[in-house]
Amino acid sequence: MKKQLIESVMKYIFMLAATVSILAVALICAFLFINGVPAMHEIGFFNFLLGRVWAPSDTPQVFGIFPMILGSIYITAGAIIVGVPIGVLTAIFMAKFCPPILYRYLKPATQLLAGIPSIVYGFFGLIVIVPMVRETFGITFGGNGQSIFTASILLGIMILPTIIGVSEAAIRAVPESYYEAAVAMGASHERSVFFVVTPAAGSGIMTSIILGVGRAIGETMAVILVAGNQARMPTGLFRGVRTLTANIVMEMGYAAELHREALIATGVVLFVFILIINVLFNLMKKRGQQL
Amino acid sequence: MTNKFKLRNVNLWYNDFQALHDVSMDIEANAITAFIGPSGCGKSTLIKSLNRMNDLVEGCKITGELLLDGEDIYGDIDINLLRKRVGMVFQKPNPFPMSIYDNIAFGPKTHGIKSKYKLDDIVEKALNDAAIWDEVKDRLKKSALSLSGGQQQRLCIARALSVSPDVLLMDEPTSALDPISTSKIEDLITELKQQYTVVIVTHNMQQAARISDSTAFFLLGEMVEFGDSEQVFSMPKDIRCEDYITGRFG
Repeated sequence: MKKQLIESVMKYIFMLAATVSILAVALICAFLFINGVPAMHEIGFFNFLLGRVWAPSDTPQVFGIFPMILGSIYITAGAIIVGVPIGVLTAIFMAKFCPPILYRYLKPATQLLAGIPSIVYGFFGLIVIVPMVRETFGITFGGNGQSIFTASILLGIMILPTIIGVSEAAIRAVPESYYEAAVAMGASHERSVFFVVTPAAGSGIMTSIILGVGRAIGETMAVILVAGNQARMPTGLFRGVRTLTANIVMEMGYAAELHREALIATGVVLFVFILIINVLFNLMKKRGQQL
Repeated sequence: MTNKFKLRNVNLWYNDFQALHDVSMDIEANAITAFIGPSGCGKSTLIKSLNRMNDLVEGCKITGELLLDGEDIYGDIDINLLRKRVGMVFQKPNPFPMSIYDNIAFGPKTHGIKSKYKLDDIVEKALNDAAIWDEVKDRLKKSALSLSGGQQQRLCIARALSVSPDVLLMDEPTSALDPISTSKIEDLITELKQQYTVVIVTHNMQQAARISDSTAFFLLGEMVEFGDSEQVFSMPKDIRCEDYITGRFG
């Protein structure tokens, strides 16, 4: 009797725990859409998404977040260009080339990279990368160092642990028999790894990239410190840009009424982006299981 | 009769464990040589030392003389070229997770063939030689993993043939297959000996008796008996070999 009672009590405790997380997602969803969608409606759906001017202090106010959408996309793309080759190659190295003694230090180091708070990354970017970019490219291309380029490099570094971790696991999960078959045909270790093992881990590596995109597009603190945050259409690789996340953080403190709702609507757009990334992620995972 | 391999006093260790004791044998060219014996007797270990796949095993040490056409396998030799000359088919079919065509083309590409025409030719010839061309010619771009187990194994044989080796090592190539696929592969192996030297490890006595020209029986890392298959299976000289063949142990 007593055992049964404990069983059923525990069952409800577990259910409660599960409900809390689902409830949290549902509440955030509800909050975003209830507050954001009317604003989008009031501004005009296309005016809001494709409007090229963001001027909340003008009269009349103008709320077009297209520059920020582009900003987020550019910086995320830049982060992928920087982070994916380095991350995937590091994962291949760690899984297939790394001497065990080096691995003992390399692995925790890449994991530590994931644990550094983003504000610290941002500070590092502001103090080290921004001046470097200013001095190297400022004369030729202009700009003060806070730019798409700088943010891409910093975000590229920030997504490394995600890409390395997931890719390495995917490469290690490839059956050894593929590698053996390639080597047994006279393929070198390098050729076997790059042309047989790595492609076989393709869907896992894609998954790591998608997770990296998710991380990059949602990043806020680090980006604010190095991206310049000008709310205007991007004008060049070495010029400042504002992302969706930065837009919300920069103005939330003093925004009111429609301005505040427009910022929440910015959150909605960001949320939809993340949703798309999640769907892609799940599709990838399914494809990986089928193979 | 020319000999393809010449082995003299081969000893092999996995760390402290000695897996092969003083194996000496000659493997005839253009013939099928079968290695039989109970699990753990060293037959797979020996076949893997013929193309140095044992190099992948950590702590593996080998002494003695292993010659391929008079050339020392463990001497100053390009190991990738060695493995090109001595192809291998594994126990479980292990096609790459790519198209049928790419599976076969991988080998020749590895060894520097780039021309599309040449590759097409090689792919067709290899698949033909492995008696699977008719079954796959209309779906060369399909994933190799969509094939049945028996087809996959023949694809793996075709893949091994694609780099035109001299020798084909087969490590229990039919143990994961059904009887029909097995008999297809046995027919194929018998065909292949015209052009290739075949060394096969098998747990299946009947298979060894059916297809091989010579048979070597291994026990606890020792080669107990080696001779003409007909003789080994009808009148084994060693009592241990007789016991094993007649099923009294093993």
